[in-house]
Amino acid sequence: MAKARVYVTLKKSVFDPQGKTIHDALGTLGYASVAAVRQGKFFELDLAPGVPAAEARRTVEEIAEKVLSNPVIESCRVEVDQ
Amino acid sequence: MKIGVVVFPGSNCDHDTYHVAKHVMGQEASFIWHKDASLGDVDAVILPGGFAYGDYLRTGAVARFSPIMRAVTEFAAKGGPVIGICNGFQVLQEAGLLPGAMLRNKTVKFLSQAVHVRVERDDTVLTGGVPVGTVLTLPIAHGEGNFYLPEAELDRLEGEGRVVFRYVAKDGQVTEEANVNGSSRAIAGVCNGKRNVVGLMPHPERASEPQLGSADGRRLFEALVGVLQRA
Repeated sequence: MAKARVYVTLKKSVFDPQGKTIHDALGTLGYASVAAVRQGKFFELDLAPGVPAAEARRTVEEIAEKVLSNPVIESCRVEVDQ
Repeated sequence: MKIGVVVFPGSNCDHDTYHVAKHVMGQEASFIWHKDASLGDVDAVILPGGFAYGDYLRTGAVARFSPIMRAVTEFAAKGGPVIGICNGFQVLQEAGLLPGAMLRNKTVKFLSQAVHVRVERDDTVLTGGVPVGTVLTLPIAHGEGNFYLPEAELDRLEGEGRVVFRYVAKDGQVTEEANVNGSSRAIAGVCNGKRNVVGLMPHPERASEPQLGSADGRRLFEALVGVLQRA
């Protein structure tokens, strides 16, 4: 059964108030070595048995771009393994 | 005139919107279930505020795939007035009927407060006849209302006169302080190119009777009814 992972992150040009808040908190906790934090989303998809790898990748890429991310503010990256 | 209010699982301003349409404005009103495929014989559609589908994934992201959204898109394409309030605005953005996306508020806090917004256009279905520069006091209630578009697209949006509302101070001036959620260029509401689809983050339906602290929202409903009656 193929497994896919989708990483959705805010585009570099987009300010991330949540990441900034986490970074500020890390500073408060004394983690001075962290320069920046960006928050994103992670999805795991299990493909139905027997789906060929090429088709699995195509399908997951389509889902990642159409549903799991909003292209106005987010980028996505897909990994598929068998 | 008949105003349809779409009900998604998680909508929570649907009854307020229906109340204003029917009891304050004296129009016919109907609820439209999100699983319906047809809008029925309505003259205008309002997507109300709330948390459609719990705002899972992203605000409005799941609601846009509801069966009724196909009918809303067709209605809008034919020039039918479509209004999105708060979460309804976010659904229209996800559906591609309005530009931009909402980021988390710059304060990372859910903001529930009154704000002042300036009317920037008097040629949309929601602001027809409301003088440009009018400052309205309306409540907001959102965690993700930080309007975002890349700079070049913001320029294009402004060039096309599609910014309908901006957050301002009481005197009508744009200030950083008044732009409570950090929206690009203090944008609180926008419209499509044909000006029949309008989305805004503030809640006019919560401010349409003096007992609620402000009746300014009523001016927008009056504008909508006026547009419908002239159509």
